Amino acid sequence: MLRIGVLALQGAVREHVLSIEESGATAVQVKRLEDLEGLDALVLPGGESTTMRKLLDRYELLEPIRKLAEEGIPMFGTCAGLILLARNVVGQESHLGVMDVTVERNSFGRQVDSFEIDLYIVGFGESFPAVFIRAPHIVEVGKSVEVLAKHDGRIVLARDGNFLGCSFHPELTEDHRLMRYFVKLVSETTPGVVS
Amino acid sequence: MTKQFTGTDRVKRGMAEMQKGGVIMDVVNAEQARIAEAAGAVAVMALERVPSDIRAAGGVARMADPRITEEVMQAVTIPVMAKARIGHISEARMLEAMGVDYIDESEVLTPADEEFHLIKSDFTVPFVCGNKDLGEAARRIGEGASMLRTKGEPGTGNIVEAVRHLRKLNAQVRKIIHMNDDELMTEAKNLGAPYHVLLEIKHLGRLPVVNFAAGGIATPADAALMMELGADGVFVGSGIFKSDNPERFARAIVEATTHYQDYKLLVEISKDLGVPMKGIEIGRLEASDRMQDRVL
Repeated sequence: MLRIGVLALQGAVREHVLSIEESGATAVQVKRLEDLEGLDALVLPGGESTTMRKLLDRYELLEPIRKLAEEGIPMFGTCAGLILLARNVVGQESHLGVMDVTVERNSFGRQVDSFEIDLYIVGFGESFPAVFIRAPHIVEVGKSVEVLAKHDGRIVLARDGNFLGCSFHPELTEDHRLMRYFVKLVSETTPGVVS
Repeated sequence: MTKQFTGTDRVKRGMAEMQKGGVIMDVVNAEQARIAEAAGAVAVMALERVPSDIRAAGGVARMADPRITEEVMQAVTIPVMAKARIGHISEARMLEAMGVDYIDESEVLTPADEEFHLIKSDFTVPFVCGNKDLGEAARRIGEGASMLRTKGEPGTGNIVEAVRHLRKLNAQVRKIIHMNDDELMTEAKNLGAPYHVLLEIKHLGRLPVVNFAAGGIATPADAALMMELGADGVFVGSGIFKSDNPERFARAIVEATTHYQDYKLLVEISKDLGVPMKGIEIGRLEASDRMQDRVL
């Protein structure tokens, strides 16, 4: 079975673990360097990106994760996780900087402006319940990036090769289609593993 | 454009889910807010005085001057929470109008209503409320609270009450989960808890909202203890800015909350931290000074 890590420094870890298990893979919580060993993929959950960045630095996880990304290990970031993956972050320095997108933080406003919608996702058929919480959005994408969903003219879900990133929180709903999409992506890029 | 729904349960409870495993710190000005953010706080609570100073000052404690809250909101990019008095509809609406990210309907302030809490489901902004047991927790959820915290005994630097409250709540939740459906109504009557909330707890196998620890956390070890006992995260009120070295205490408490079972690391981060806030023995408090007994 595929082993998918969830960065567990802070945030919606439990929900991603459940979603990964619902999607037929094994979930591994990642808090320290040794937890990264033998992973087929990594999920960067929603939470506070500034907090996660401080803890990534303090436990020297940023470079090892970037190295895994460069080796082709697929990564899926939701909300704060998307911010961690992005090559550029408007108004501040980037974090992992591996996904060829530019994101803007808190771009839909404060918590009172947070919302949910039925979102159309390319190739998903029936709409997807998308929960946006103090959400970022993707301002700009590189040439190789496939835009999978937009809301109000803003990009909220995109794929750049092995990297998948969204502004919203699929982990807060019972709809696991997006995680299944990611698990399928992982199985296609992982030789010798049948999911 | 697809229709957007704001202020739904999922949006309000979901916001607290994103705070899990983190530390929310009390701050009284922009400078403290920046220190908290730099240390890795997931949010700050803007208020005029930290709980231990509220105790020392006496008199009526109210919502902070909006100027303070606004300064804090401008100083940081992490979420900003603020406290309103229990039952004070107008203070809560003012905080909502200012755009604070979460309101704490808090027993740390002097209650405006000794009988009724706010109907929090009427608001777009989410609320956090204190609790000592499942009866209180379920009533607050029934009123629309999207996040809970133990009451503990704020401003004492003494963890004993927060431990008591979290253990009691968790034991009561475990009992509900293993009850038969036909026993739930009587349990609801005995606890003074809304039946539908107990039903939801039973079906989910846990509380439907996040529950943080609060009220007396003064050291990294205190934060780790509360996580060990099953808290989803911690609030630190007086414990940081009433300590000898707020920067170091703040950082150490953040690390202890994430790595609460890494005992060697806890030893390292607890070394040479300086003097924590001076604590108060709970038995020495007058009944009227016990904040946890305000409005159940």
